[in-house]
Parts: sequence; structure tokens; C-alpha cells
Amino acid sequence: MKKIFANATDALDGLLRDDMLIAAGGFGLCGIPELLLQAIQDSGVKGLTFASNNAGVDNFGIGILLETRQVKKMMSSYVGENDEFMRQYLSGELEIEFNPQGTLAERMRAGGCGIPGFYTRTGVGTQVAEGKEHKDFGGETYILERGIFADLSIVKAWKADETGNAIFRKTARNFNPPAAMCGKVCVMEVEEIVPTGSLDPDHIHLPGIYVHRLIQGEHEKRIEQRTVQKKETA
Amino acid sequence: MPWDRNQMAERAAQELEDGMYVNLGIGIPTLVANYVGAKDITLQSENGMLGMGPFPFEGEEDPDLINAGKQTITELKRTAYFDSAQSFGMIRGGKIAVAILGAMEVSEAGDLANWMIPGKLVKGMGGAMDLVAGVGRVIVVMDHTNKHGASKLLKECSLPLTGKGVVDLIITNLGVLEVGHKGLHILETAPNVSRDEIRAATEAVIV
Repeated sequence: MKKIFANATDALDGLLRDDMLIAAGGFGLCGIPELLLQAIQDSGVKGLTFASNNAGVDNFGIGILLETRQVKKMMSSYVGENDEFMRQYLSGELEIEFNPQGTLAERMRAGGCGIPGFYTRTGVGTQVAEGKEHKDFGGETYILERGIFADLSIVKAWKADETGNAIFRKTARNFNPPAAMCGKVCVMEVEEIVPTGSLDPDHIHLPGIYVHRLIQGEHEKRIEQRTVQKKETA
Repeated sequence: MPWDRNQMAERAAQELEDGMYVNLGIGIPTLVANYVGAKDITLQSENGMLGMGPFPFEGEEDPDLINAGKQTITELKRTAYFDSAQSFGMIRGGKIAVAILGAMEVSEAGDLANWMIPGKLVKGMGGAMDLVAGVGRVIVVMDHTNKHGASKLLKECSLPLTGKGVVDLIITNLGVLEVGHKGLHILETAPNVSRDEIRAATEAVIV
């Protein structure tokens, strides 16, 4: 079983169709599958729904698919670093379903674990709870949230071996593991594919069972908010 | 003299105890990290990190290492990384002792509104709803009144809620108030601010 593909376009071959649900990893611009997003733009597929914590910026991340009007709906916790997003959202061209961030992550994780729903206190008494089943456990009220079962997952890791066992780097892990788990098919891009056997099995963050197709490529890794401190001069 | 932003942050830091795992929101809450002194506090960043360090030196920024405000940061010796589901698992599971957050409005019952203003741009709640529903204690740090001079401590919030009955303590520029069963209690006043001044600036019931 060969998981490695030459590039992002090849890796997505036969997987894309209009109106599909795609789960994407990343937090802000950190750890986003930038090569696969570009290939999705190139494919011209449209009417997409994205389960993704954020919506990128104007010319990077999911933002590039908004420019080309390929996105119909976002399931996100925080948006608005993106002028085109706001324009489409305010004009009603783009639908948004706000999810509390932890609820979104858990909905992905649950979907990947075959759990169709779970109860959480998050959002009780707020707009998020409207229309959802409420249930009391031990005198506390919880709401029912549903697992996300995506048609496709696109994620980014730091390194993977040829079987897809993957390691993430620092906070670029974020939504990538839960997003990877909840798709029928998961395509992963990495900075480096290493020979099978060269990663310590005890250090794998995401086992290759969740990864169906794999590519290696160059990443821009753009920084959204560059904050620094001056070195004290001695 | 009402407290300034740094003094509010300094006062909030007094609420933290040695050994606590703490989540700080954006704005004044971020300044609390400057005042923990010798206390052993571990900061959580909800995008997947415990043991958040200061901003990097110029030229040492790492695009793979950011905080929940998407700012470049650094790691510490104690740092651990994890994914977003586990991050919110520890939040929802009550493992984080304290969250210190900003707010637009707080009600006398501890309802919190800090994520949207109807008719204005809605950017989303991020992790705020998860935090207030999950952590052990929620401390709000905010100005007592808005820029029009109206109380931000209300009988009932007028804005859509982030959480219902979730706030435990409110630190404003005028003093420290605790959310009690029948209203707010004034625990402390800023220097030369009287209890009557706080009452006059507060719409919520003070008992």
C-alpha cells in the first residue's frame, strides 16, 4: 500500500467533489495544510464546507478559497482576520456556524472515534445552546453536540514515515490530529518524509492508520502576529 | 485613585497560588504574567501548550510556536505540547485552576458577555465559552464602566452571553467584587475609592 504521492494535486486526485465537507487542521496560520489548500484552489471544486478553527487571511490559508468563491460554509470558532471573509459573510454569500473552540475540536475527535454525539457544559445558557438537546447529569445541565464526520481531512505535520506515522512540531499540532481523525480519507502534507523505522515508535503523535495519502513539500509557514522582545544590551 | 491597567493585573496576580495551572485571556489579563513573582505558575495556551514563555528575541521567532492570540512566543523547560482536543479536554475537565478574562458586561448573577455585539462584526467566541464553562475559577478583569461612563456590572447582561453564572470574581479599576448568591460583594476598594463611589458606578445589586 503506497501512501506517498508526488504533489498535492496528485494526492487529491479523485477525492474532491462539489459541496463536500472538509476538515482542516491549523490554528490561525500555524500548522495549516497550505499546499493542499492551494491544490484545492487549483482544482476549482466549489460549494465547500470547511470545519476549521479559523478561515485564514486574505491571501493565505483558507482565505485563498474565499477569493475564488469556492467556500459555501465555515464551521469555526474565530474568524475575521480576513476582509474578504467579512465581506462575503456580511453580504450573506458565506454561511458561518460558530462553534466554541473546544467543542469544535471535540466534535472532530468524536467523529474520528465513532462517537455521533456528546454532552458538554460549554455554551449552556448561550446562543450556542439554542435548538440543542439539554440533559441534566448530577444536577448540572449539558447540551448535546454532534461528532463531525468529514468527507475529507487535510492536515499538516512536521515529519512522517512512509506509513504515515506522524510527528508535529510545537503548537503547530493544534487541530491537526482531531481533523485527521474525522475524515473518511485523510491527506497529510509534511516538511519531511523519513524512512520507515527512523522515528521512535514511542514518539509518534498520530499513528499512520489515520493517514491515507502523504506528500512532502516546501512550506512558507507565514507568521500572523510577529511579537518580539529586544535583547538587553550589556 | 482608581487602579490603572498594570495595577489591575497586579491585583489579579494576587489571586494566583503556587502550583496553579492558569489560562490568561487577551488584553489586561496577559499583563498578569508580569506580576506572579516567585509563585510557581504554569500558563496554558489553549492552542495546545502548557508552560508558555515570553516573546522571543528579535530574529528568534518560530512560526510553529504561537499563543492563542496568534503571537509568537517561546517555550520553557517545563513546556508540554498537545493537540486542541486534549487542550480543551483539560479545560472542560476542570484541570485548569483559574482563567483570567476580559469582559464587556458581567451580571450580578455572574453571567458573562464578552464575545459579540449584535449589529457589529461578529468574529466568534474562540475558546472563551469552553474556558468559562470548564475551569475552576473565572476572574474577570475590566474597567468598571464603559467609555460612556455606564456600568459594565449589570443586573442582567444586555449582550449575548459567553456563559451563565460563570464569573467568580471581578477586578475593576475601582475595586474587587465577588459574585455572591444575592448580588455582588465589595471585597476591596482601590486606594481612595470609597464603597459609595463603587455603588454609584454600579448598576448591579451590591449586598
